[in-house]
Amino acid sequence: MSPESSINFSQASGWATQWQHLFYFLMGIFVFFSVLIFGLIFFFAIKYRRRSKDEIPTQIEGNLALEITWTVIPAGLCVVLFVWASGLFFRNSRPPTASTEIFVIGQQWMWKVQHPEGVQEIDELHVPMGVPIKLTMTSQDVIHDFGVPAFRIKKDVLPGQYTTEWFTATETGRFHLFCDQYCGTGHSAMIGWVIVMKPMDYASWLSGSIAGKSMAGVGAELYERYGCNTCHSTGKGPPFVGLYGSTVRLTGGQTVIADDVYLRKCILNPASQRVAGYAPVMPTFQGQLGEEQILQLTAYIKSLAKPESGDKMVGKQ
Amino acid sequence: MSTAVIDTEALPHVHYLNVKYGWKSWLFTTDHKRIAWLYLVAITFFFFVGGLAATLMRLNLIEPQGALVEPSTYNKLFTLHGLIMIFFFLAPSIPAVLGNFLIPLMIGARDLAFPRLNLLSWYIFMLGGVVFLYSTISGGVDTGWTFYTPLSTTYANSSVMSAAMGVFISGFSSILTGLNFIVTIHKMRAPGLTWFRLPLFLWSIYATSIIFILAMPVIAITMVLLMLERFLHVGIFDPALGGDPILFQHLFWFFGHPEVYVLVLPAMGVVSELIATFSRKRIFGYSFVAFSSVAIAFLSFLVWGHHMFVSGQSIYAGLIFSAFSFMVAIPSAIKVFNWTATLYKGSISYDTPMLYALGFIALFTMGGLTGLFLASIAIDVHVHDTYFLVAHFHFIMVGGAVMGYLGGIHYWWPKMTGRMYPEGWARLAALLVFSGFILTFGPQFILGYWGMPRRYAVYPPEFQALNVMSSAGASILAVGYVIPLIYLIWSARYGSIAGPNPWGAKGLEWTTASPPPTENFEVVPIVTEEAYAYGAEKSQHA
Repeated sequence: MSPESSINFSQASGWATQWQHLFYFLMGIFVFFSVLIFGLIFFFAIKYRRRSKDEIPTQIEGNLALEITWTVIPAGLCVVLFVWASGLFFRNSRPPTASTEIFVIGQQWMWKVQHPEGVQEIDELHVPMGVPIKLTMTSQDVIHDFGVPAFRIKKDVLPGQYTTEWFTATETGRFHLFCDQYCGTGHSAMIGWVIVMKPMDYASWLSGSIAGKSMAGVGAELYERYGCNTCHSTGKGPPFVGLYGSTVRLTGGQTVIADDVYLRKCILNPASQRVAGYAPVMPTFQGQLGEEQILQLTAYIKSLAKPESGDKMVGKQ
Repeated sequence: MSTAVIDTEALPHVHYLNVKYGWKSWLFTTDHKRIAWLYLVAITFFFFVGGLAATLMRLNLIEPQGALVEPSTYNKLFTLHGLIMIFFFLAPSIPAVLGNFLIPLMIGARDLAFPRLNLLSWYIFMLGGVVFLYSTISGGVDTGWTFYTPLSTTYANSSVMSAAMGVFISGFSSILTGLNFIVTIHKMRAPGLTWFRLPLFLWSIYATSIIFILAMPVIAITMVLLMLERFLHVGIFDPALGGDPILFQHLFWFFGHPEVYVLVLPAMGVVSELIATFSRKRIFGYSFVAFSSVAIAFLSFLVWGHHMFVSGQSIYAGLIFSAFSFMVAIPSAIKVFNWTATLYKGSISYDTPMLYALGFIALFTMGGLTGLFLASIAIDVHVHDTYFLVAHFHFIMVGGAVMGYLGGIHYWWPKMTGRMYPEGWARLAALLVFSGFILTFGPQFILGYWGMPRRYAVYPPEFQALNVMSSAGASILAVGYVIPLIYLIWSARYGSIAGPNPWGAKGLEWTTASPPPTENFEVVPIVTEEAYAYGAEKSQHA
């Protein structure tokens, strides 16, 4: 059977296996209490059925010991579930530092994927098996959601900000990719495939698919084309060399780390992020640059980061 | 239909239904019992409109590529279904029909505290309904009942404004109704009717009314902000205008989750009455059941963020909302255990209302237990926004709220009309509703577990088999809903005479005539015993 017509619900990521264990535990609770309540209802309804028209049963007020029992036992189970589920979620909420980063842009009604090496895909995501993959995602319009059932992951993709999700695929194959957040007319057509390949196959796929420049290379072109260089290469604006990851002092006196989110804000709303000591001359690029181009410019700025730039301070005192 | 038994009794000579005739006597009435009928007719209409939308959806989903309509139409159908069922059927169903009819009768009062306000609530409700229906006729709205931004404010090309306006208006009806109920229950109880002698139905309605007046203003505000952004492009939610789309979700679900309990709490109250009457026993652990209603109402305001576990909200916020969501499971579990314990050593009859009550307990238990999956934040990451969620909340809202409503309607129908419905047909319909429901929504749990997203007009072919099962179940469910519509209308005229207390039930409403006189009681009753005082023979209310 082709994967398109049969249920492919494998546990194809490390997270999926852990997820499945907790799910089975919950199924146990579900079955136990359903059978208990159904069983009691049937048993009582039959055993204590009305036998005469005027029958009045003995009245029972209640029973404190029972009330405490059936409060404490479910409460205890809830504590176990909370600790288990939250611990699992919390431990997996941040991607490993060694993750391979891939960028995803949702747009009514398609998924655009950019690999840092420059490969772009539509409605498909090729990834190597066994490598942690971090997806940095944003939307060009409404809220979407990038969900892969075989990996048991899902995260909303928002306009105006970046969200991330990550996974380590443990199985090769083609797995469904669904938009899980209702996004308008073509919502149910916003589906695709995640293709997990052996690392060797992925490497050859990647090198065979590169048609143009890397993301940073395209970003460098944008840097020239939109005239960023007229200020940022001349000292009129803050220089980009060593900027990424450094601490930036703003005119208000507060400091921020120059990460993807900060750079995105600078490009779209420079007035809100004025670097101390520089004149407020930068225009907004809202409406001129799409989310893909912002990611490419960010990749370019990132490529200029110095490895030791962590303690560097940008912005004049 | 057989009406073999010829009753020697007759209806009371004068009662609230025959005291006046003509359309003015209905549309300008301030009698809570007649206003209950106005609501009943209106929400029955809305129920079948919403049900028709669901029928078309289920027909469409028989084929993976859509058997019936274009995706754009399908999107309008599920939006219509959700908005109608939530705002124009379920929210007013038990409170505005049964609550309106029963509160004064249960507390020994002549009417609600503010009878004219009560009529105004109905007119506001109808205005909201008409405005909403206008949005449907003028092309429909396709945002989902959740109106998520910026889809609703910037991108949707449909009648969002009028739909939002309809919701905005109808909210005020619920606020006024809630206010009316709270004042009535506080101030108008008969002598001797202390809080702990109240029927549990009133505790539920009281808790529901508190939610009405606290949550409904929030949806009203949210709809105003939405309309401001859509119409005047004030940047509130759309990041392109400087807004924050997550803010909308916080506002919406701060209303939205309490709203879920608005739908199910009254049904819990009905079920308490039914279990007591048809077991002839007082409810096991009365005060635990009563206070669990209040606890649910309180906690319902602290769990909204569980609708946003995958929205990108802070991890820590997610953990706190998960903890509160588990907490709200406890009072729900307490109720289920106490109802079940009430059956123990009872005198259980299988009259139709009891079939609905037992069905409610079973389906609500399954709905509640699947809620634990969704409260487990790690599990939710996968099943969020899939058919697992759809199945879960239909178990609560249809398996719970609608079953409770139908049970209540059958139980108090003799009081409302003075006549009995045909028992055989009613039991058949109850069994159809129960089995149709299981067949419709059971498979959806599996679909969601496999990852099928909700709100999909077309879907990958491997999901087809379970979708066909679900649609088959829906057809049984539909028959189960149409049968009562027919025999209830028939019985209002031709049913056998019920008499004041056909069930041998306790409660003040059963001490007066069926149908009751306009003033409800000939003399003000004096209450000397607890609710459900079965076995306390010869105890008198008046």
